[in-house]
Amino acid sequence: MKGATANYQYLTIQQVCAGEQLPELQHEVTATSVILGALASRDWRPMHHDRDFAQQRNRTRDIFMNTPNQAAWLERYITDWAGPTARIGRYKFRMGDSICPGDTMVFSGSVEGIETDEQSCCWVNLSIALCVNGDPKTRFTARVALPKDSKDNPWARTGTQWQP
Amino acid sequence: MSAEDNFTIGLEEAHSWLGKKRHEVVGEFDVERGYIWSACAAVQNSNPLYWDEELAQQITNGATAPLTLLSAWFRPHYWMPNRDTIPLPWQTHFDLKTVLALPEAVATDSEVVFGEPVRPGDRISCSETLQSLSEVKKTKLGAGRFWVIDTVCHNQQEAWVGTETMTGFGYRSQSGT
Repeated sequence: MKGATANYQYLTIQQVCAGEQLPELQHEVTATSVILGALASRDWRPMHHDRDFAQQRNRTRDIFMNTPNQAAWLERYITDWAGPTARIGRYKFRMGDSICPGDTMVFSGSVEGIETDEQSCCWVNLSIALCVNGDPKTRFTARVALPKDSKDNPWARTGTQWQP
Repeated sequence: MSAEDNFTIGLEEAHSWLGKKRHEVVGEFDVERGYIWSACAAVQNSNPLYWDEELAQQITNGATAPLTLLSAWFRPHYWMPNRDTIPLPWQTHFDLKTVLALPEAVATDSEVVFGEPVRPGDRISCSETLQSLSEVKKTKLGAGRFWVIDTVCHNQQEAWVGTETMTGFGYRSQSGT
């Protein structure tokens, strides 16, 4: 499939600085997006597709977004910013409240730090929040490898060269 | 002391699980592009690594799966012939609830570290290890114990592809429900 690359930048570590803000990503959550995300991640549990179950058993407003789907949105948010040569090494998150259909979720983030490891792999440490109506629902941190320059490629690292 | 207050139920058995591999699982199907595209579609992810084969060849030496889709590759089918019960992901989390007589549990934190990329055609296997079990803690949810479980994942060539670490809190709610 061609033509999908046009809108992506290919960030190198030289183009990033600590304190930099990532562009926001906004999405209107629908029942379809909750259910599609749950099934794509093979999560068959009823609270992610059955409103009666979610309200009665989980005491939530509605069906709600499952964890792997939130992680998938996080991955998209990071690579929308950094491009296909960015390679996520690790992420960590703490979930607060549920994300339900009708919510407008907004991802925002910042570069907390930049480092180079002993294998000369360049990393950015990101702090990211997923908010609804300005309230943080999930907080993430992520460690992402970026190319040192246009000739470097974090995806080429394997074995001991890759220390996420 | 009432049974509700006794937080030593099953503690010896739970402690015996610390540091030991449990619930080794091999994925029930090979990693395949249909799920990769469904997962991308669910979050409108147009990263060309997943849509442009030439570019994927250049950057990742061939097609890969989105990193955050890792757990999908070892989740069991919803139904299979001749299987009465569906295996649960994070089985150790549910085992701890049962053995410690803690009727409620929530996942509080999660961390995932990624190794070799997962590729179409891979078969992912994983095993769980209980890494820690706390003393009794009181929270606004109720009294119970925190635990940390690692799920370590490999491909069919025994290359490490990732580790998911989940912190759970099993508890008895203050209302007694």
